[in-house]
Amino acid sequence: MTAAVASAAEWRLPDRGRVAIAALIVAETAIFTIFVAAYLYYVGKSLGGPTPREVLHLPVLISILLWSSSVTIHLAVRALRAARLRSFTLWWFATVALGALFLAGTGLEWYRLIFHEGLTIRTNLFGTTYYSLVGLHASHVIVGLVMLTTVFAFALGGRVKEEHAVRTEVLSLYWHFVDAVWVVVFLVVYVVGR
Amino acid sequence: MATVDPSFAAPVPAPARISVPGRLHEWVVSVDHKRLGLMYIASGLLFFVVAGLEATVMRIQLAVPENHFVSPQVFNQMMTLHGTTMVFFVGMPILLGFANYLVPLMIGARDMAYPRLNAFSFWMSLFGGLLLYSSFLAAEGLFGGSSAPDVGWFAYAPLTSLTFSRGNATDYWNLALLVSGVGSIGTAINLIATTLCLRCRGMTLGKMPLFVWLNFVVSCLILVAISPLTAAQIMLLLDRFLGAHFFDTQAGGSALLWQHFFWIFGHPEVYVLMLPGFAFVSEIVPVFSRKVIFGYPIMVAATVAIGFISLSVWAHHMFVVGMAPAANTFFAVSTMIISVPTGIKIFNWLATMWGGKIRFAPPMLFCIAFLFQFLCAGLTGIMLACAPFDWQLSDSYFVVAHFHYVLVGSLLFTIFAAIYYWFPKATGRMLDETLGRWHFWLLVIGFNMTFLPQHFAGFAGMPRRIYTYEPGRGFEIWNQVSSAGVIFQAAAVACFLVNVIHSLLRGERAGSDPWDAWTLEWATSSPPPAYNFEELPEVRSRRPLWDLKHPDDPDWRFE
Repeated sequence: MTAAVASAAEWRLPDRGRVAIAALIVAETAIFTIFVAAYLYYVGKSLGGPTPREVLHLPVLISILLWSSSVTIHLAVRALRAARLRSFTLWWFATVALGALFLAGTGLEWYRLIFHEGLTIRTNLFGTTYYSLVGLHASHVIVGLVMLTTVFAFALGGRVKEEHAVRTEVLSLYWHFVDAVWVVVFLVVYVVGR
Repeated sequence: MATVDPSFAAPVPAPARISVPGRLHEWVVSVDHKRLGLMYIASGLLFFVVAGLEATVMRIQLAVPENHFVSPQVFNQMMTLHGTTMVFFVGMPILLGFANYLVPLMIGARDMAYPRLNAFSFWMSLFGGLLLYSSFLAAEGLFGGSSAPDVGWFAYAPLTSLTFSRGNATDYWNLALLVSGVGSIGTAINLIATTLCLRCRGMTLGKMPLFVWLNFVVSCLILVAISPLTAAQIMLLLDRFLGAHFFDTQAGGSALLWQHFFWIFGHPEVYVLMLPGFAFVSEIVPVFSRKVIFGYPIMVAATVAIGFISLSVWAHHMFVVGMAPAANTFFAVSTMIISVPTGIKIFNWLATMWGGKIRFAPPMLFCIAFLFQFLCAGLTGIMLACAPFDWQLSDSYFVVAHFHYVLVGSLLFTIFAAIYYWFPKATGRMLDETLGRWHFWLLVIGFNMTFLPQHFAGFAGMPRRIYTYEPGRGFEIWNQVSSAGVIFQAAAVACFLVNVIHSLLRGERAGSDPWDAWTLEWATSSPPPAYNFEELPEVRSRRPLWDLKHPDDPDWRFE
């Protein structure tokens, strides 16, 4: 090619990690949209009980736990960018703990619904849509927790350094997405759907 | 033919002798975008032959009325496998393979953004196809159900419920598509990241080749089109294995919801398949007309418009379901609107050819036939977009004819154009031109013989998906001509396969730039080295090789 350089201006392109996670989030959003659409379509169409109003309680506590984990992971990434490694490890651990508590809360709710209220995925349309939508979200929480825990293990071993800030940020974007989905699920399942 | 000696073409080292298992191992563990691209295309061509044979079985069965060549059950299996295979394991892999091979080369990059994700995606896609066909061996299950999926490629509820689909054949269909869908989404993410993050110096978005632009839009569409199918298939899995009731009408579930979800995927999917075809044409027509593409910015805008509008046309597959008049009107209008950007593209290709010095080499021949046949497909598409017209002809052979003009007359022709055009780049050898002409003309004759009469069979009232028909209804002549056309198509494909094998062994050496083209892939050697470019290129216009060959009259002065 001609040796003449078009311009001395620097050639900068976006970071591939951020772009790819954004694309993944778009795809995941499409999947959740279909499940939410199915949920809303079947609200009130169950042929038998139990109904959402009878058995669902607002999961205020676990929701607050999950949403606060967005704050803690943000603080963790910020600490890593500033090379405050100890602070990073602590905030990261807080995120893992909050996520795990949320998951435990969902587990308790399912236990109550299955064994005390007799609601399973085959009971009625409410059970079908409820367990699949909340379960789809919970499976994303599990995937997130596995990744977060892996990073945490690396951090304990002293392997996470300042130069990994962008990578942890990419992971945090996924986690923010999982939390944002819970806002939608919360509204659809526990507010509108009830 | 101008010879170029680009400074960043790599010297070709003499290939070392490697044993056959060693070479196989090299390919299996490869993360090189070029090898993965070729494996994508090769697997697609393999399934193309299989799905073509399935179509042949159907055409033999339908050649005469009340035929007993195959049983109704086998006919349904052939129909299901033909559709599923052609869309998911022929169309998608070949098109993603071309994107994989060409996008990094065209933007002057060394590989995709995520080479290992790339390999993962390819193998997922291939294993999806193998999973679909392993249903023949394993899907009988304990219940004595059919041995291959027979629910149609659309798998409408309640056909897929446990009551009507016993055994595991439907599950094989479901899981095969789920697995390959994950692969497609992975490749789409990869292509988006590659396009946005790895362009060489100077290649702004407005200087990207149209091929890259169109595949970028396709990747975005895959994200929002394949994912809904994945979601719906997860629901079907829950229905079949855990007893959920999404599509179970006995428990208040809705069969209609599956149709909506399927076509929310299904119609954008048509554009996921067609836009790469447009991408091939947008690269080939200018080179063989010796002119710059007409209206580059409008082509990009039309592509993006098609991408958006294609998300809002899905229910035109469902006019006969009995939707509300408002919904019918909306989907009829949006379907007609999408023909506007598509029409713009046709006019731009014509304007590119207008006054050009056209070379009628095989790639260009296929592109020209594409223009005619795609126009037919578009016109019958607009006819079917009118809801009242569709009420008459939905589920008839007219619809079969329409979408085969899209997927065979248009897409397959552009795929062959692309193979003739880029084969020299990938292998270093030219495809034989005489055999190429035989291939082209046999395919034009065979294709039109097979699918043109199906329009008339549809007008005569022949429903699609039937395994046989009574004599005396006016269907015979159309079906006989249609089946006879298969002979020509098979001969065409045979010419093509012979050509590929012959040219791989004895083809004329191509050199790095046999077509005197202008995009970056022609600047490196044929086949390109693993690292693509010895020195990463830098571009100043949309036709970097033109600038290189004509330093006195470079494009960047005028762009």
